[in-house]
Amino acid sequence: MNSIAAMPNTANTPDLDAVRAAFPALQTEVHGHQVAYFDNAATAQKPQVVLDRIDQYYRQENANVHRGVHTMSQLATDAYEGARERMASFLGASDSREIIFTRGTTEAINLVASSFGRSFGPGDEIIVSAMEHHSNIVPWQLLCERTGARLQVVPVTEDGELDIEEFPILLNARTRLVALVHVSNSLGTINPVRRIITDAHGLGVPVLLDGAQATPHAPVNVQELDVDFYCLSSHKMFGPTGVGVLYGKAEHLEAMPPWQGGGDMIEEVSFTGTTFNEIPHKFEAGTPNIAGVIGMAAAADYLETLGWSWIKQQEQDLLGYATTQLSGIEGLRIIGTAPKKAAVLSFLVGATHPYDVGSVLDRLGIAVRTGHHCTQPLMKQYGIPGTVRASFAFYNTRPEIDRLAEGLRRAAQMLA
Amino acid sequence: MSVLTERAQNLIEEFELFDDWMDRYQHVIDLGKELAPIDESFRSSDYRIHGCQSQVWLQPGQEGANVQFRADSDAQITKGLIAILLRVVNDAPAHEVAGADLAFLDQLELKEHLSPTRKNGLDAMIKQIRLYAGAMAARSSQSS
Repeated sequence: MNSIAAMPNTANTPDLDAVRAAFPALQTEVHGHQVAYFDNAATAQKPQVVLDRIDQYYRQENANVHRGVHTMSQLATDAYEGARERMASFLGASDSREIIFTRGTTEAINLVASSFGRSFGPGDEIIVSAMEHHSNIVPWQLLCERTGARLQVVPVTEDGELDIEEFPILLNARTRLVALVHVSNSLGTINPVRRIITDAHGLGVPVLLDGAQATPHAPVNVQELDVDFYCLSSHKMFGPTGVGVLYGKAEHLEAMPPWQGGGDMIEEVSFTGTTFNEIPHKFEAGTPNIAGVIGMAAAADYLETLGWSWIKQQEQDLLGYATTQLSGIEGLRIIGTAPKKAAVLSFLVGATHPYDVGSVLDRLGIAVRTGHHCTQPLMKQYGIPGTVRASFAFYNTRPEIDRLAEGLRRAAQMLA
Repeated sequence: MSVLTERAQNLIEEFELFDDWMDRYQHVIDLGKELAPIDESFRSSDYRIHGCQSQVWLQPGQEGANVQFRADSDAQITKGLIAILLRVVNDAPAHEVAGADLAFLDQLELKEHLSPTRKNGLDAMIKQIRLYAGAMAARSSQSS
């Protein structure tokens, strides 16, 4: 992981300069410096191919889907449903009917809470963990308020791992669902989801994974995981904002009631009763984000063309290098030191407030996230107001990390 | 020229001495360090300004007809911004502070370089200062 060896220059290895050149926003100047963009866990930059695909859709194919007999509507429908096939293969799903397009991970979780959770009742339990993003806490709290169900929380250890020994203890006959983050957005921890799914299925309990931070970094195969629900956000995996996927096993989706009503999700409407469309359309009311869906599929193409092995190698190199460089800074404390981590580095510098550090770095053209990262319960556990978070993507470079280390030294000096 | 405008003008001139942005930030941080501490009893949610990502507490006070605020924050740049605000409003008549637009911050060219969340926090702080000052001015006019 800390290997400093240069990458082999084979024909299959993408050239980093060429990769960077494909991301127009990476050329942005911030306060007189070329931006060093380390806020990829918040949202990633978009490659030209994604921008071109969206542009082409609006210029040449724009029409509503599933509606018209005319050619353009057919073109748009083909592109939209083609994107569903594409996202099914991206996630290793066997059937594209299991791919529901949503506004993102948050909406995907809300859909499951609202629809799958409708049958939950008093005394039922939902297991989450202490490292969840608010979007995998609050929908369940709202469901608990409606139904009388209860949340059970898997604790997190000091180094930022799930306290996995606690999980089987919390799992019981009242558990209706396990909803866990695959990769932590604030710590980078990669959770042992396979083991959790096996344990949960042992008791017949379905599992939902929040994959927002997993899909940008590594291939996910829902069939191999045998996961029941999997959620992702396009914008975190180099696609457009406002769109994402809920994967759900067909057996669940077919049994679930619709959650939003409108056009496209119905079979027949009358004032005496309405019958609903088949999955996936049952869960996609109204005109969808067609351009977004098509752009997301282009991002999936882009990632797979780049190749997961190169992406992982590049990110682990950056994480290792950054961990070494930043550890050398006096008073710097890394929050989240799990052995298996995605390329996310959360830290504090001495007694300084993350906000102050982030403000100084911004002046130097370095973009980091500061604050609680929508994981307030986790920050409370560590007794800190938040952290500075540098989250890397394959297009980041070692010289950018050198700038970060230098900027942090400067910030520490100013704020001393 | 009102006392508020005059003080704001002095601050603007003071900040014009720094060409470099980092030096300007350093000056803000240093001003924060000079801020008088608040009484511990005011470090509570009742006196917390909401809308800031960092925590800010504002302790209202009065000397005669003049306002006398104290404030604190857990973030140093925020604390420096508070210090700048308080340098302008403290020891000024409550009725003037209540009606002040405090737009001088724009002229310090600080506000546009703040993140939107910080800007919201600063606006919340200004609003709270004016609300307190308005209440103080009303009380003073009743008792006189």
